[in-house]
Amino acid sequence: MAKAPALTAGFELPLEPRLPRIGSVDQVAVEERAASLARRSIKRDAKVFALELAVRCMDLTTLEGADTPGKVAALATKGIRPDPSDPDVPSVAAICVYPNLVPTAVDRTRGTSVKVASVATAFPSGQSPTDIKVEETRAAVELGADEIDMVIDRGAFLSGRYAKVYDEIVRVKDACGDVHLKVILETGELGTYDNVRRASLLAIAGGADFIKTSTGKVSPAATLPVTLVMLEAIRDVYEETGRMVGMKAAGGIRSAKQAWQHFVLVNETLGPDWLTPELFRLGASSLLNDVLMQLRKEKTGRYQSLDYFTID
Amino acid sequence: MAELDRKPDRAPVPAGWDYAPAPEARDVVSIQERYPLFIGGEWVEPRSGEWFATVDPASEEPLAEVAFAGPDDVDVAVQAARTALADGWSNRSPAERAKYLFRIARILQERSREFAVLESLDGGKPIKESRDVDLPLAAAHFFYYAGWADKLEYAFPNRSPRPVGVAGQIIPWNFPLLMLAWKVAPALAAGNTVILKPAETTPLSALLFCDVLRQAEVPPGVVNIVTGDGRTGAELVTHPGVDKIAFTGSTEVGKAIQRQLAGTGKRLTLELGGKAANIVFDDAALDQAVEGIVNGIYFNQGHVCCAGSRLFVQESVYDDVLRKLKRRMGTLRVGDPLDKNTDVGAINSRQQLDKITELVRAGEEEGADIYQPPCRLPEKGYWFVPTVFTNVAQSYRIAQEEIFGPVLSVLTFRTPDEAIEKANNTPYGLSAGVWTEKGSRILWMAQRLRAGVIWANTYNRFDPASPFGGYKESGFGREGGRHGLEPYLDFE
Repeated sequence: MAKAPALTAGFELPLEPRLPRIGSVDQVAVEERAASLARRSIKRDAKVFALELAVRCMDLTTLEGADTPGKVAALATKGIRPDPSDPDVPSVAAICVYPNLVPTAVDRTRGTSVKVASVATAFPSGQSPTDIKVEETRAAVELGADEIDMVIDRGAFLSGRYAKVYDEIVRVKDACGDVHLKVILETGELGTYDNVRRASLLAIAGGADFIKTSTGKVSPAATLPVTLVMLEAIRDVYEETGRMVGMKAAGGIRSAKQAWQHFVLVNETLGPDWLTPELFRLGASSLLNDVLMQLRKEKTGRYQSLDYFTID
Repeated sequence: MAELDRKPDRAPVPAGWDYAPAPEARDVVSIQERYPLFIGGEWVEPRSGEWFATVDPASEEPLAEVAFAGPDDVDVAVQAARTALADGWSNRSPAERAKYLFRIARILQERSREFAVLESLDGGKPIKESRDVDLPLAAAHFFYYAGWADKLEYAFPNRSPRPVGVAGQIIPWNFPLLMLAWKVAPALAAGNTVILKPAETTPLSALLFCDVLRQAEVPPGVVNIVTGDGRTGAELVTHPGVDKIAFTGSTEVGKAIQRQLAGTGKRLTLELGGKAANIVFDDAALDQAVEGIVNGIYFNQGHVCCAGSRLFVQESVYDDVLRKLKRRMGTLRVGDPLDKNTDVGAINSRQQLDKITELVRAGEEEGADIYQPPCRLPEKGYWFVPTVFTNVAQSYRIAQEEIFGPVLSVLTFRTPDEAIEKANNTPYGLSAGVWTEKGSRILWMAQRLRAGVIWANTYNRFDPASPFGGYKESGFGREGGRHGLEPYLDFE
């Protein structure tokens, strides 16, 4: 005879330490709060701090079918020394590439602080058998990736098969070993903020070190309200369990201003402890040059044309 | 509260990233040294010969000298308003009246930065609120009532609406320009002429509005502005040439006005105090409810008659809500009202600061637990740290009396019936908030709460199309919407 479950569905799971309640998110109010934080006026020293932080927290990304070792090598070089004319500009946090290009990136970044992140698990759709996703993760780790960016199975999530989503995250995390796991929710496909929160908690329960908004292949990607909802989930987990989960906003962040708007959300939702590449990342392919341009403007008082910033 | 202690009280104290000061330029507005009275379209020296200073509550520096209107001055202003009425303001074609109101609305939009800075300087409210709330809403009120001016016959079909005549309007210091708009726009749309008395601590935006009236070429005497204190207001109330009084302010003064007007046949509307219940159910979206709680009580330093000053939390989520609320209070930025990043500005006056301080002391003495986040206040000026009281009994003064400051009293409830019973257990009835994901419960609550305005899953949200006003000691009459025209009209 089957054993009777302890509680009916809908009650909190009797786990220790517990995760926070799923609860719900009010769309109007969360968008209003994000918009009001986006209006924070960031000037002078505070801006320079944010611009340098944007570089330090950046996962410089190229995820194209046309990626070649040459392209990745150029990108990695840029990531290590973003502004050759100004040695004070820090390196980016990581280079983010497809598994096949991990060896090139590892080669180029050896001996530097720049990490190599690899997407895996049938990125970007996640529509492949679990075994293959686990195998791909293992391969990327063996090729030398420091961090894995996996996608959740949105097909399973949206059809209510949360256990499948959860199990897959657990297995991928296992395949990662010590390598950091970022779990991409692809919020642009989830439809509601309630789903964003639910997926965030599911990913954290499955062992995510970071939760990440988007693949960059779907629009909308990292909007401010989505980031806010995810940060609130991270904060609730921290307050319930003391565990510090990281956040990566990726996709659609192209201007320095968008970058510091994300920092404001982090600063006022989680506090300054999260303003570090260990716990916050910006995934971007075209953001870096705008940040460099703003940084040079703050230092020299003048804007320079884009011809003075390298295209890699 | 053992449960609460187990969890970290707040996220780490912000240390890493200080936002640099971002002050709005104050030179966008030029303040005169002296402001006479605005009567019959002209600046008129006060017959009283008296002047008083208005100060910047954030620095205690005087900003300007303002004329004190005595009995003779009020009399002249009433005559000017009567003359303008007789000269045909009310007989002017309604579309013509609308034209002036549309002009005023547009000019307010064009000069909104100037007005926003002045409002923050004179009243102490954060620039982001005067910029994003007061000014857009003030302009919206003029736009809205401009639209009604030539449609009164449709607003009240078969009732032959006519203007009441001369309206005496007395407004408070918490939303100076917005309250002016709430009063002046419907009065003019309905064909009345007005004498407006701004509050003595915040007269400057009303005086700058005189400039707008001239720019819009509003005929002389249609709007007259007399500055002064309660004595000026009393003169206006008792003047036989005034047909209608509209007052927004304290319940105490409102009662006195009603006594004085008894038997005179003068029309009266009162928008008075409040002690609103903000009710959070356990199924609410908690993070957003906390935003609503903060907005409900710390918006405009709590100087809001409809402020959500009594928070009722369902006991099953009490710990979570309080933890989130305290953490959120720690991120409120208190300080220079002109800084674009300021969330909570200066207390409007020394007198108001004393009143808040006195009531908070009473709360502590009565036995409530006080919480104030760590907060560095400027040395000069009038300030009060955002405060929350827990362990509050329904009988405490802080749960009964209007504090009109950034002070929240938290109470708990178990069932919807209990929430209704406790929420209605007050002499006031201006507004209430309900936080739940359940639509049917919102409607159930709204039917039972005895308050003029009920917000669901939001708070302190205003729209010119929505009527606003109170039950019980919160007053009578409605402002905003079609309802807001009625007090300014007589019917066959």
